[in-house]
This record gives sequence, structure tokens and C-alpha cells, in this order.
Amino acid sequence: MDHLAKLENKSIHILREAYSEFDNLAMLWSIGKDSTVMLWLARKAFFGHVPLPLVHIDTSYKIPEMIEHRDRLAREWELDMIYGQNETALEEKNTFPDGNATHLECCRKLKTEALRNTLNGRWRRYRMNHNTGEYELDDSREPFTGVIVGGRADEEGSRSKERYFSARDENNDWDVSDQPPEFWSQYKTDFAPGTHVRIHPILDWTEVDIWEYILREDIPMVSLYFDQGDGTRYRSLGCGPCTKPVESTASTVAEVVEELKTGKFSSVAERAGREQDKEDGGGLESLRREGYM
Amino acid sequence: MTGNEKQDIKLVLAGHVDHGKSTIMGRLLADTDSLPDGKLEQVKETCRRNSKPFEYAFLLDALKDEQSQGVTIDSARIFFETDFRKYIILDAPGHIEFLKNMVTGAARAEAALLVIDAAAGVQENSRRHGYMLSLLGIEQIAVLVNKMDLVDYDKQIYQEIKEEYHSFLQEIEIEPHTFIPVSGMEGDNLVELSPRMSWYQQETVLELLDSFENEKLPRNKPFRMPVQDVYKFTKGGDDRRIIAGSVASGSLEVGDEVVFYPSGKKSTVKTIEGFNEPEQTKVTTGKATGFTLDEQLFLTRGEVATRNGEAKPQVGTRLRANIFWLGRDPLVKDKTYDLKLNTARSQATLVEINRVIDASDLSQHQNKEQVERHDVAEVVLELDKAISFDLAGELAPTSRFVLVDEFEIAGGGIIQEALADEQTWVREMVMLRNYKWESSRITLEERAEKYSQEPTLVLITGEEDVGKKPTAKALEKELFDNGKIVYFLGIGNLLYGVDADIKHSEENQKEEHLRRLAEVSHIMLDAGTILIVTAIEISQQDLDLIKTTVDAEHIETVWIGENITTDVDYDLHIPDFKDEKEASRQIKSLLQDRGIIFKPW
Repeated sequence: MDHLAKLENKSIHILREAYSEFDNLAMLWSIGKDSTVMLWLARKAFFGHVPLPLVHIDTSYKIPEMIEHRDRLAREWELDMIYGQNETALEEKNTFPDGNATHLECCRKLKTEALRNTLNGRWRRYRMNHNTGEYELDDSREPFTGVIVGGRADEEGSRSKERYFSARDENNDWDVSDQPPEFWSQYKTDFAPGTHVRIHPILDWTEVDIWEYILREDIPMVSLYFDQGDGTRYRSLGCGPCTKPVESTASTVAEVVEELKTGKFSSVAERAGREQDKEDGGGLESLRREGYM
Repeated sequence: MTGNEKQDIKLVLAGHVDHGKSTIMGRLLADTDSLPDGKLEQVKETCRRNSKPFEYAFLLDALKDEQSQGVTIDSARIFFETDFRKYIILDAPGHIEFLKNMVTGAARAEAALLVIDAAAGVQENSRRHGYMLSLLGIEQIAVLVNKMDLVDYDKQIYQEIKEEYHSFLQEIEIEPHTFIPVSGMEGDNLVELSPRMSWYQQETVLELLDSFENEKLPRNKPFRMPVQDVYKFTKGGDDRRIIAGSVASGSLEVGDEVVFYPSGKKSTVKTIEGFNEPEQTKVTTGKATGFTLDEQLFLTRGEVATRNGEAKPQVGTRLRANIFWLGRDPLVKDKTYDLKLNTARSQATLVEINRVIDASDLSQHQNKEQVERHDVAEVVLELDKAISFDLAGELAPTSRFVLVDEFEIAGGGIIQEALADEQTWVREMVMLRNYKWESSRITLEERAEKYSQEPTLVLITGEEDVGKKPTAKALEKELFDNGKIVYFLGIGNLLYGVDADIKHSEENQKEEHLRRLAEVSHIMLDAGTILIVTAIEISQQDLDLIKTTVDAEHIETVWIGENITTDVDYDLHIPDFKDEKEASRQIKSLLQDRGIIFKPW
């Protein structure tokens, strides 16, 4: 069994465990390559179906192609698509692009807080109605007790400490020094009321694994990852104002793989283009403890 | 050559706290050019800003609070690659406080490097970790005697440590791959042989890594696939009913007969299913897969699919196991835990402690009443329902379980022996019955949908003359008038017919009477019926016997009368029986609350 097959089997096993053990389960989909691979793995795990809702946190500053890509796949694959956002912060213009917040403060409001309150059902959620193809205010306010996320251990320091199934308490806190043990494919599937569990099916994957798998499976990716003719492409996707494209002429998945393995990016960290990482002293830990993905 | 043609292997570094595991790893990464550009400089810069001397260990200790405590608190995963293959290195913390993190890291590994400080010598966790590795099933273990720079690269000191530790490993039946004297700090013998230890001319750590073998998947062993779930996603007209799971050992082909345990149900593999992959007719170990069957068996998560004709798994409720305990509270006898073994789950109680072993020096203690945190012990556990498993010596992947205490995984164990329990004789009959069972084309679900009810055994019990029979008959009439498919069966109705041959026999045949009652109930429930049975003073043991035959989820037990004279675990108690109508109404609302029959709003 080759490297990708091993990773794929493990991820599918984890997705199925999560599906069997959690009643209120959702998958976070950022439209980026990692969570799109994860979504694809769900289709593999459930034989072409995606029997759980997908949640996207829309900061409103996402690059427009991402939202188009999201809605196109949602319709094509009949996904139960939900989005939520920090409507108050956006109305009051308490954001970095409006000049009223630092990178980190902005992330905290538009991502971390929006995520927490979308998952726990305190803020409004919008759900795609497949009859009209449009989003509607969702009546359901039920909190999600299991949340599948696409973190990878190789991204940066704090993520390498994650468990496949990781408990978060009422305040979304993650006690990194006192995590339950995890062995023999047995995960934390029991949780006290008020707490929830984050599930990381692709924890063991690297950036190269992700792209090689996209190539092998022919998974549709948002066009931003490829050079459209101006000699630049995105290596990592986030909000428009805080994510910079890299200089690269890779215009196909195969070229991206080649560039990552032997080209100029083979030894440059993936998140080098993300501003919030730099403010936090090299680690995303403080954001992450509050629930940042 | 693309990366995914290379094999990858997971390694763990274990050993006592401060013996230099992280330093060895950091140094190895730096010396093999495995760090991303700027990472080394970034960490050095952080050290400079915090006025602290740079150490290779900091490369791994990316977390802030970890650096402030100066110990590794979790099994960080580090990826690196040699010309030969890819490595995923797991750094397991050496501090006793973090033994559960060590276990987390080590359990995933295919090989282990045990690090011992040459200056400090063999310490408590050097031994404990060695023992844990053997319990976790890690077969390839090599020992690095680190910090040779601190002992002037003295061969004598190295030899003494090697001998001491080697004899310890022999006691726990581990034959180490090799011993290497190294210095993580100075890089000696990691990538190249060190001139400072010319007396050592064997392999370097890098050569050692490349010599480890990938874990051999148990392919030539009997087929085992713990069922994760049975999927029926109807979207888009999909009518496949797929038994999903990951193959723990062996292989399976289309056309093979499969037998599921603990139920003993049998069918034939019709198709092997997948998404976005060429059609498969065979699956082997490691594959997360799914298949459909020729017949529609009722199966649930926790059953284990096996191949007919191969060695059968064990099925039982009493097991002898070697366990390690990591929980905050000790493992005690008067408490209920959850046992999870692959996808099966059952409540478990500790019934015997044969011995407790101190993993740090192998001293043994009999007569212990509880298993303390970080202890290793041989125990007997009793489960509240039968599960399917294998023995550690025969098929390791399906012999491993965890114990859950207060929402947390608190211990792990490997099963050494299946012990007989009181239901063994019945269970064997049931498994054979299921194995031989001729299935209908109509599934249980189809019947349930047609009749708008879940087949259920309503067991009404209590002392003599408390109104059991009138209640049962009133309930039957009430449900019948509501259009339900329902049947009342007095236990006496069996006595002169089904039980005629054993009625007058000398020995106590109560268990056989119960077994037959349960078998009749099973047929009635398979036909989709709600069956109402009355019996005097049913005990928990009687109920357990019935549960061996009839799925516990399809039994509702009602106790009528103020005095509860047995230990039975009932679903409903009617202490003050007034009249049959009232009692019958109470049972009916129980059935409605449980979703067995429709509840109008």
C-alpha cells in the first residue's frame, strides 16, 4: 500500500468513526485545498454521498472566486451547505480592511468568534435551499457537538500537537498539555455536556500529499491556486486583504506538485504569505486556543 | 521518482525525561537538511531575543508553554525524508506526567528509538517506556545511548548501560535491534560515524533508521473487518446497503461467505463498493472499504465480519487481559467503565486483579485492590454484553481495547484469554442458529415500516398474583384495537408444548425453559410482532440469558408490584397496581416514548 493510500484509508476510517459516534456533526469547509480534499474523502467514505452539513465561515473578505467555487460544488454535489458570519463586526466596520483592527483582532472577530457562534447556534446560520440554489436563514439553532476540521500537523508548531479527536470545553478552550491519550484507532468520542470535539481526519497529511492526492483523484480546485497568466498564484487561501499570491507560473495541479517537490517552494513554509502568523510570534497558538482552525 | 512511490515509516523516540530525545531529533533534521528555509534561523532568533542559548530541541518545541517548562508535553510529529524513504517521527515525552502522550505517540509507531542518557544511566522511565512499547505491540526497538560527550565518549560507560538495559529488555521478551552510542548535541554517530568514538564502527542512526522494516500488515491472517456502520444513503435513488469498515487483517473477495460475530449471521459478498476508483473484487488489510451482501441481514456497528472457513474469533463477556492504566482516578472494582474494542462497545467492570506490575522495575504485587495511574496489571473484566475479539497472541489488531472512565480514555489492554461465562452454552446455540438461518427477502425494516411498529418483547414480571396476566391481556387488546401486530404469550403456554420433553425431567431445567422462550420470542420478533410475555420474578441472570438470544434493544421489561424481589434491571416499574387498564396504559406510553409505536402529539 503506497503512502497516499495509507493516508486515505486512515482519514476515511476517522470520518466514519466521527459519523457513527456524533449525532450533531458538521464539517468545516474553507474552500481551500485541505478542506476540499477532506470533503472529497467524505465522498469516498460514504460512497459518493456527503451525509453531514458543511459549514463555511464567510468573513465577507474571501476572494470572490472562492464563494463561487463553494456554491458551484454545493449544487453539483448536493451538499448541505451552511454559512455564518460576524454580522455585527461587519456592520460596525470593526475590521482590519476598514482600518479599525489589527490583523489578529480582525481574525479573532471574523473567524474565531464567528466560528464559535455559528457552531453553537447563537448567531444566525444560512443554509442552501437546493430547490432555489439560494441561501436561507436556517431555523435550526442546534449546536454541533462534533466538528470535522482540516488541520494538518505539518502546518505549524501548535497543530503538530493535535489529536485526531480533540476535546474543547464550553469556552472552546484547548488544554494542550492535558489531552486524553489516543491509540489503537480509539478516539475520544465521549464528551461531557457543553463540550464538543474537533475531529482532524487529515492531520497526518503534508502539503505535498494534499496536492499529489488532488492530482491522483482529479479533485476540482478553485482557480486561485493556479497561475492564470500573470505569473502569480495563491499557495494558501484566506481573506483577500491579508493573503498574498506567490510568484509562480504553475498552472496545473501537476505543475504545482512539481514546484513543491523540487522547485523554489520545496523549502519555504506554506503559510509564509499569511499576515496573522507573523503578529503572533511565529505560532498561531493563542488564536488556536480560542478556536481558530 | 515521486514521493509516494517511497515507503513511509512511523518512528517514535521514547525514554526518560531530559535524556535528549528532542535534541537528537532536532539535530537529525538540521544535519539532513530537512528543515524548511528559515526555520533554524527563526528559532535561533527567538532564543537570542529571549537571551537563552540555542538548543536543537527548540526546533521541535514550537509551543510557548512547552518551552517555558522545558519538557516535551506531546508527541510532535516531524516529517523527514532520506534517499530511501519518508519518515514520520513522533517525539514521546519522557516525563511521567505525560505518559498518556507517550502512549499516544508510541502506539502509532512501527519502530522505536529508546534514548538513555549516558551520564544519568538507566532510569525509571527508560524501563517503563520499554515495557509500554512491548505492551503497545511495537516490535522493532533500538537503543540510543545519548550524551556520550558528557562522559568523554567512554566506551566502558556505554558498555555498562548496554548490558544493564539489554538484560531488562530480555526480561520483557524484547530483543533490541541494536545499541548506538551518540551525542545529539554534538551530532556524533547520527549521520556519520564519529571520530570521537573510533571504538564504535557499526551503523549510524541514519543507517539504523533505513534498516527498520515496515510493519508487516497481517495479510495472511484470518479476515477481520470490524463493522463501523451499515450505510443506506437513498439520495439520488441509491439503494445500496453497504457494510462499511476497515480491514484489520486478511482479505475478502466477491463471492466469499462472510460470518458476522457476535451474532453468527451469515451471507455472501455481492459487491465491493468504492467511490472514484475502479471496480474491486478483492480487498486486503488496511483498506477502508465497504461491501454489499446477497441477503439483507440486520447488522449493527460492533459486529466483526469474518470469512467462513477461516479461524473464528472469540465471543464472550469475560476476559483476562494485560492492561495499562493512565486515568486520573485508579481503576477500581465497584465502578462501571466503557470498553471499546475496534468498533464494539460494552460496559465493563473489573472483577479480579491477578497481579499489578511496577513497569519501572518489574516488581510484582499480588492482593492489590485497585490499579493505580501508570500501573500495568493482569486483570479479569466482565462485560455487560458479548463482543467479538481475538487473543493477543493470535491476532493482535482485534485483541486491543481501551477503557473509558468519565468521558476519557483511561487505559488500554490486550486480551490474553476468553473466560467462560454463564451464557456461553446459549450463545453458542444462538450463533449456530444465526449461521444456519434462512433469511427472508423482507427485511426487518420493511416489516417495521409496513406495520408501523418496532418488533419488541414486552416482558411483564413481578411476584405472584400482582396483575401481570390481566395487564398483559389488556395491553394486547388495546394494541390490537389500535391496529398493531401483537401477541400475548403466557409462559405456561410453552410448558406442555414446546417444553413437553423437559417439563418432567429431574434436574432443574429453568435455563432451558428460558432459552426456548427466548427462541420463540426471537421468531415472533423476526415476524415483526410486538410480543407480550409474563413470567414470575425474572432475575437479571434470566434476562441476560434472554438477551443472548433476543437483541437487548428490542426488550422492554416491566415490574408490577411494590416489592422488587430480584436484581433485574427493569425499564418500567408499576408499584401500585390498581387495575389492568391503568397498568396497560402506562406500558403503552412507555412503548410510545421509546418510539416502538407511534405517539400522537
